[in-house]
Formats: sequence, structure tokens, C-alpha cells
Amino acid sequence: MTSPSRLPFYIAVLLLISAGISLAVWRHIELGIPWLTGEQRPVWMIEARVDFDGAGEPVVASLNIPEQPPGFRILTEQAASPGYGFSIIDKSGSRRAEWTKRDVSGPQTLYFKAQFIPDPGAQPAQPSQQPKTQKLFWEEPQATAVREILSQAEARSSTPESMTRELIRLMQPDTRVQNTTLLVSEENYLPLLVNMLNHSGIPARTADGLKLEDARRRQQLIPFLQIYNGERWLTLNPKTAAQGVPEDILLWRQGSESLLDVVGGGNSEISFSMLRQTIPALQLAAMQSDGKGLGFLSFYELPIEEQSMFRMLLLLPLGALVVAFMRIVIGIRTSGTFMPVLIAVAFVQTTLVPGLIAFLSVVSIGLAMRGYLSSLNLLLVSRISALIILVIFITAGLSVFGYQMGFNTGMTVTFFPMVIIAWTIERMSILWEEEGGQEVLVQGSGSLFVAICAYLLMSAPLAGHLTFNFPELHFAILGLILLMGQYTGYKLTELKRFTPMKAYD
Amino acid sequence: MDWISPRTLKRLGMLNMNQRNVNYIARYNERSSYPLVDNKLKTKLVVAEYGVKTPKLLQVVKQQHEISHFREMAEGLAGFAIKPAKGSGGKGITVITGRDGDFFVKASGARVGAPVLERHLTNILAGLYSLAGTPDVAIVENLVESDPSLAKYSHQGVPDIRIVVFQGYPVMAMLRLATTASDGKANLHQGAVGVGLDIGSGKSLNAVQFNRPITLHPDTGLALENIDINDWEEMLEMASRCYEATGLGYMGVDLVVDANEGPLLLELNARPGLAIQMANGRGLLPRLHAVESLKRPHFTPRERANYAMETFASL
Repeated sequence: MTSPSRLPFYIAVLLLISAGISLAVWRHIELGIPWLTGEQRPVWMIEARVDFDGAGEPVVASLNIPEQPPGFRILTEQAASPGYGFSIIDKSGSRRAEWTKRDVSGPQTLYFKAQFIPDPGAQPAQPSQQPKTQKLFWEEPQATAVREILSQAEARSSTPESMTRELIRLMQPDTRVQNTTLLVSEENYLPLLVNMLNHSGIPARTADGLKLEDARRRQQLIPFLQIYNGERWLTLNPKTAAQGVPEDILLWRQGSESLLDVVGGGNSEISFSMLRQTIPALQLAAMQSDGKGLGFLSFYELPIEEQSMFRMLLLLPLGALVVAFMRIVIGIRTSGTFMPVLIAVAFVQTTLVPGLIAFLSVVSIGLAMRGYLSSLNLLLVSRISALIILVIFITAGLSVFGYQMGFNTGMTVTFFPMVIIAWTIERMSILWEEEGGQEVLVQGSGSLFVAICAYLLMSAPLAGHLTFNFPELHFAILGLILLMGQYTGYKLTELKRFTPMKAYD
Repeated sequence: MDWISPRTLKRLGMLNMNQRNVNYIARYNERSSYPLVDNKLKTKLVVAEYGVKTPKLLQVVKQQHEISHFREMAEGLAGFAIKPAKGSGGKGITVITGRDGDFFVKASGARVGAPVLERHLTNILAGLYSLAGTPDVAIVENLVESDPSLAKYSHQGVPDIRIVVFQGYPVMAMLRLATTASDGKANLHQGAVGVGLDIGSGKSLNAVQFNRPITLHPDTGLALENIDINDWEEMLEMASRCYEATGLGYMGVDLVVDANEGPLLLELNARPGLAIQMANGRGLLPRLHAVESLKRPHFTPRERANYAMETFASL
């Protein structure tokens, strides 16, 4: 008889393990689920406050709100404004928060809060169609001055970007020539720049940015220039011509003409305040998971009750791994193959020391009672059934007794699986009669040792975190267990057992 | 702590538990054949067709109500053994060697009444001793009267001979002697003495108890060096024949030598233990590999037994 080649098996196991690990890595990158517990991520909470005076008329207040600001992602949005109808409206490339109320009089305050996560990769969506430029009619002598400056800048540049940079440079106070002095004043600098760029055929617009500083109130908006280079909108500092959005700037408004419109109210005013918060990276990932490509692979969408059940279930493979390792590679004898895992699961709920005390007392009282049962000469099934009932009596007794004595730990006995304990007692008892107390001690302590090892692994916060948030890692565990099923080497205990063979070497 | 290095074990060709399970039991033993060896009743019936003798079957107790017939049947018998058909490792076997008035005398000398034996039968039927706790049947067999030449070495109990048969080739053998520590049972892990037997001649090699080498039987004080098994070739052939009967590629064959009937098959084991290697002071692997690399296997049990006697003694 020839054995089939093991190669396909090893390849399959390797695929299983690498699939598990790479899926986990992918999800870590894609969804930002952290490898470790307790990892914190900064989040900026920005509050826009709108004040205006109502004049006894119906009011529509419309505030431009960010849509995909470069370098940030929006986590949450909420509005606080009692008595107002509120909705977020997406139209013609800009998002606006709209408050409405029938009858408004006196000073009014509206709040809009949003949380932003820094994400260097986030970029605004591409415009679906080429933005148009609007030519303005200039009167003389500005028309000539504009032409002059534009032709100067054009001569020194080749692309929309370089054209814009040159133009900005020409319009700075230190380089100003007569032509520019005629045009530029402190108030009209940015609109003029936009108009001139549009005149030269480069689509341009303004944007407003917020400098992010922790616990800052009444933060001012900083104006930015945006030009369209034929592919996407580029953001430039209108004074220094530096390209790109600095890391600490959040573009609140881009692509929309007005920041705030209030119809039916006067003296409208907007102010921004901000706070740097940290939230657990895991929570962040969970909040973002819905709607994303890989989000469906996680348990976050399930009801909380099912989630906590899966939290427990997903720990079981770790226990099985420990049992497989202990039995196959170390060679520890246990009573009942997976009894240690079930005991370990109970320990996770009771914590170790109270669990151990409860388990040992139930089993030893049960063994004493089983001694009497064995002399009754009962059939196996009724003996086990009687034992199950006795085990329930024992646990109830221990719970009540523990409670009366003021130990809440007495109650934890109920976490142990009754039927498993009954079978354990039965097996131990038979073992005692057939092989003597020593074998009971060996197998009993072996089982407890494996149970404690499994408990220590399963109760580690990291283990719970990884198994629940990266369920695909179980593929790797499965692969390891399959590999162990092929282990044909010596067990650790066999190295001890076969020691007398030294004499024949 | 004293340890042996894995490299030394490998050099000695020691078969280990994982390797036995993966490379031999799982590969050469058909699952469907297991019931044949895990059920002593089926074993008896199937090997009988291949001319392998077993102790005489006196009664089979299949149902609870049949226990009442046990007393009538046992009335006229001096010695018998009650066994669970699906028991393993000697569990649940009660040996009655004689009578003392209304009482039965166990191998240990203890006297028990018929109700105790009936309760034992009840336990067997309920599956207390069966491998998976499944309902079982009890068989009552004629008592084996051990050949005096071997019986003197054993403290109580019947000495039996375990032969590991691989692909029909008897590859290694040992004699198992009960001791006080093993409570009359011939199981090595319970403290029985294992005496390695030279596969070529049936002569003893060395002996172990609890995995430690010994030279004298701990209870009888007899030297274990010069044991010689009679009819060795016949026993090997008998063990070899069990391969045809069951189709199991890797198994343990337990034989006894009866004073009147000669060698009898006691039971078969689809998962023979590894301690036989320690009793022989040899590893199983060289012999197993030799059989695996045979280009032309031998077809008759006698040829295989002869091949084993010629080849394996030196491996």
C-alpha cells in the first residue's frame, strides 16, 4: 500500500493559514481595525454655531457643510436646534445643512457638530464634468492692467499651476509694479485673483479652511484658492502660492459660493469651536464598518446579545488548539478529550480561583456520592441521570450556602456545564475503581492543567480581541490544528517514558 | 529528570504514539474492520473460520432477563471467565477459578456470591466497560488453564503472549505476566511484567515492569531470562492467520497457551500499545519498514511466519 502524497495537504494548509492571516491584514488596513486592544485614535469634534435675529417671519437657514475635505473623513454629523426642522441637502456639488421654522423672532442659535478623523488618503471626489470659467467684463484702465499682468505671468509659465504661482508672485506687495498697484487692494485681493484666473481660462474658486487647534473657540476661517488643473481641484495658499492643504487645516467650504444663507433673519453670524478627542480605534472601525466592502465580514452588525455569544464561541477554537497541542505534542493525559475546554470556558466566566474552588468542591462531593450510587447496582443510564440531578443539588447547595456566608463566588458554580461535570465524576469514579487513585490524580490534574492553560489563553484580552475582530484568524488556527494532526514526532512525555531504552543504544 | 533525546529514539527505531496512529493504524486499519476486533464475540466467530482456536464459549448474555439463566448455567462449572464483548484493556473481565459452597472464588482468591456476578453482568449489558459506553453483551467462556511451564511465572492470572502483526507478518512479541501490582491483569500499564520474546526462537530477551528493566519476577521471584515458549512457530502462524480473518494491517494478537488445548486466541487489538518495544529493547520501525518495502509479499501465514523468524530476529 502506497501512501498518497502529502504535498496537496500541506499546500492546502499553507493556503488556509496564509488566507486567514492576509485577510486579517487586509481588514486591518482597509477598516482600520487595530491589532491591539486599547489603541486610541484622534478625532476632531468641530462645532459650527449660527446666530441670527428672527424678525417674526418663516426662516430658512442654510449652512454649507464639508463634503469629503481633503485629508479627513467625516465620522458623525449632528445638529442641535430645538424647534427647527433639519435636513442635510446635497445639491449641485455642495452639501448644505438646512434649518427651517415657521415663526421666528428674537435671537436664535443653531448648532451643527461633526467629527472628523484625520486620514491622509482621503481625497475629494473628482468633478463629473469640466468646471467652466466665467469671463468678466473689465473696464479700462483695469482691463489693460489685467491683460498686462496675465501676459507677463503667462510668459513665465507652462501649466495652470505655474501660471497661478506666477500670478500670485506678481501680485505680492514686494513685486508689485504699477499695473498691479492699480488693481489690488487689501479687500479685493482674493476675488480679483479668482477673476483674473478665470479670465485667463483657468477655472478657479475660493475655499475656507479651519486651522485645527485643541479647545479653540471662535476660530476664524482661513481663505484658500482652488484652481482646476484639468484633472482635479488643487488647493493653494493665496499669499504664498504654497500648494496643498496643510495637515492641520480642514477645508470646511469648497466649491460652494456662500457659507451661510439666512432667509427671514438678520445679523447672521457663524463661529466655529473645536475639540480634539480620542476614541478607541476599535470603536472607530466598528462605526465605519457599515457600508464598506469588507464590513460584512465582521460581527459588529449583529445585535449585542448575539455579539457577546459569538465573543465566547470564537474563543473555543483557541481552547481546542491548546488541547490538541497538549495532547499531541506534549502528551498530557486528560479525562475526556474536550472536557478541559468546557471547564476553561466556565473559568472564563467565573475567573480562575473561584472557578477552581467551585469545580473541585463539586467534583469531590460528587465522587463521594457516586461511591454510594455504585453500591446500589444501578443501570448506567439511570446512574448518570441520578448523578446529573445530584450535581444540580450540589451546585444549588453551594450557591445558597456561599450566598448565606456572604461569598458571591458561590454563585459562579452555575456556570459549569452540569452534564459534563456528571460525566467527569462518572469517569473519574470508574477510573478510581479500575486503575486506582493515582491514575485519577494524573488524569484529573492533567485535565485541570490543560483547562488552566486554555483559560489563561482564552482570558487574555488580546486573544478575545483578535478572535472576535479578526474571525478570519480562525482559518489559521484550523490550519495549525490540521498540521498537528499530521505530527508524527515523539511527544514530550514519550521522551521520558522511553528513557530506559538508553540501555539498548 | 532523566530524558532520552529524540535523535537516540530515532536511531533505535522506536515507534511513537503519533506515528503509530497516523502512519500505521489510520493507514492500514480499515474502520469497517474495527467491530470485528472490538467485539470479542465477533472475533471468536470470524477467526474460527480460519482455523484459529479460542476458549470455548459457554454462554452469551444479551438481554437483562437472560441473566436469570446465568445461575443455572454456572451451576455445574468449576471455572469460567465473564467478559464484556466490547471491553478494552481487560476492563470488566471477572475470572472465577472455582467454587466454595454457594460462593464463587475469584482469581484473586476473594469469594463472591451469585448476586455480585449478576450485578456485574448487568453492568456489562449497560455498557459500563464498552469502548464508547454503548450497550454491550456479556460472554462467558471456559476458564483457560495455563500451561504449567508458563503459569509458574505469573502471579495469579494467565500469562498471555502479545504478538504485533503487521500486514500479516508477526513483527514483535512479548510475554505478559500478571503481578500483585497489576491485580492479576496482564496489562503493562497496570503493572504487569512484559518479557520480550525473540521472534526467531520464542526465547526471552529482557523484561520490564512499569517501563523499568527487571530480571526477576517481583512476586514469584523467578528469573525471567531463560523462558522458552513451546510451539513458537505454530503460534506465529496462528497470529499471522488473524490477518486474513480480519483484514487489519496493524494489530495486536493476544494468545494464551492452554494446558489441554494448546495455543488459543484470547483477543485481538486494533490499537496495540508501544510498551512491547521496551520489553524487547528494540524499536518496531526497522521491522515495519522491512515489511513495507517487501516487493513480493508472502501469501500463506506459514511463509510469513517463517520469513519473520528468519529476518526480524536480527533487526
